[in-house]
Amino acid sequence: MSNNQNQTKGLAAVIASSSVGTLIEWYDFYIFGSLATIIATKFFPAGNQTLALLSTLATFAAGFVVRPFGALFFGRLGDLIGRKYTFLVTLVLMGFSTFLIGCIPSYESIGMLAPILVLLLRLLQGLALGGEYGGAATYVAEHTPASQRGYWTSWIQTTATIGLFVSLGVITVVKGTLSKEAFDDYGWRVPFWISIIMVGISIVIRMRMKESPLFAKVKAEGKTSVNPLKESFGHKLNFKFVLLALFGATMGQGVIWYTGQFYALSFIQTTLNVDVSQASKLIMWALLFGTPFFVVFGRLSDKIGRKWIMLLGMLIAICSYWFIYQAMYNAGSTAMKKELADKTVVDVKVIADNKNSGDSIKTTHTAKVFEDGTTYKEDKTEIIHADKSKADANKDIKSIKTVVLDDGSFWKLVLLVFIQVIFVTMVYGPIAAFLVEMFPTRIRYTSMSLPYHIGNGIFGGLLPAVATFLATKATQANTLAAKAGSTLPYKAPYLQGLLYPIIIGAVCFVIGAVYINGEDNRIED
Amino acid sequence: MNQVRKILGIVWIALGLVAGYYLIVSQAIPKFESGKPEDKIPAIIYAFILTPIIVGGLLVFGYYALKGEYEISEDAEHHLHIKED
Repeated sequence: MSNNQNQTKGLAAVIASSSVGTLIEWYDFYIFGSLATIIATKFFPAGNQTLALLSTLATFAAGFVVRPFGALFFGRLGDLIGRKYTFLVTLVLMGFSTFLIGCIPSYESIGMLAPILVLLLRLLQGLALGGEYGGAATYVAEHTPASQRGYWTSWIQTTATIGLFVSLGVITVVKGTLSKEAFDDYGWRVPFWISIIMVGISIVIRMRMKESPLFAKVKAEGKTSVNPLKESFGHKLNFKFVLLALFGATMGQGVIWYTGQFYALSFIQTTLNVDVSQASKLIMWALLFGTPFFVVFGRLSDKIGRKWIMLLGMLIAICSYWFIYQAMYNAGSTAMKKELADKTVVDVKVIADNKNSGDSIKTTHTAKVFEDGTTYKEDKTEIIHADKSKADANKDIKSIKTVVLDDGSFWKLVLLVFIQVIFVTMVYGPIAAFLVEMFPTRIRYTSMSLPYHIGNGIFGGLLPAVATFLATKATQANTLAAKAGSTLPYKAPYLQGLLYPIIIGAVCFVIGAVYINGEDNRIED
Repeated sequence: MNQVRKILGIVWIALGLVAGYYLIVSQAIPKFESGKPEDKIPAIIYAFILTPIIVGGLLVFGYYALKGEYEISEDAEHHLHIKED
């Protein structure tokens, strides 16, 4: 076997052992989000203000606040004691936190302790994730020759998407295997338990790994940083590159990533009301087709440079989002489909409300079939108060709409999400190599982790809240205009949420294009 | 091009201020005033964590740009590079 073959085999082993752990960490992080609805019913039941507060804290804090802190904490550790042991710790922390979430008795059994434990474990998950990615990317990059760094680190980049894919897949399989009652009872815990097996295997693999050769060399020469935090963020020479990495690369990458994977899923589920299981399958197909392109663009970045692949992906994405989401709406919304009126069934029942005498409950079940085969179901419950002054449309009317798409519409949506995943791969594929090359070995873990997690956690993580705010404002403005009989100010209020990724992406594109030196932007060790 | 890099520094500083106004006025204050318990945490996060990071970051970035910290030498020999490869 030639030296080249041996080197490639050795690198493949390094990538595999690093990637499996990172993939598992993403899987662990996503299953909480994917099972958020059922977790809420088990640990944060509605009607209790403290629980609502804890639930929001679990959602926001783990995604926004804790990840950058994890980047700082573990980044510092990684630059002081080494990459290998640090990202082994993050893996153990993540694995056990996830497993334990699956073991916590429900709120009904142990009361307030249950949501508090969930919150603590969720915070540990965020902390671990903040430390994992920078370690894995740094570790892999420090094993590879500069000419192939984009290619090899792009495998690490696939893990975030495959982690989402695997989490959706495991949940779909468990749901499909168990009855609805069994899944609600204990089945939702299974994806959390599975994590411990995967983590166990990954720990064994990682224990066998050696320290990164570049870090080992720096350590042997006694050149490791004494205070990585101060050196990374306290010295202007390095801090200005941290800011450039954030505003010229990771900020845009964060919003493109969230739009392509999470906003797309949310749009399909909430705006188009597509059945949860069908929406998950749709995203899984798009991710399956799109994921290999991480490696394609990672490799390409070794040949033609990282900067313009990332920026081109960002530019095409922000120029086409509006049209893509309009096309998604046209393909999936029942408002754009022809209804077969003779197949419409409306079943209305009114029964007395046992809890409040005099009041009654009206249930309306509507089933529609459309010309292309798409079906629509709506279950609406309305409380009719005897005392009309108690009526409150926001509280009294509850409606669940479910759309099951025909094959044609389904595959059109797969294609449109796939296009967005391609943008993600262009921006995300080369970024690990780009970040690693920006900073010197002695403070690399700390310096690259923070901009990555601020870009993703904060700019990307803000997307759902800001996009919902913008879309709601537009819908409210249209409702008010319709009541006043004036022209509607927004032709497509459902698209207004896209303004956030488009504006952030545009700012990032300009900063990246103007300030990043495409040929060489690296710091001397 | 270096002149453009410097002048754009003013834009990033202005953008930082606009972002701060948006985050505080459109996001944090309405959530503080809503009275809903689930809005308290996002309001605190917007006001005391996100705003300082985004606004502070853009202001410092703009300031560095304005001071010429991101000027790129046209002479390739002056480019910084990592030695380890």
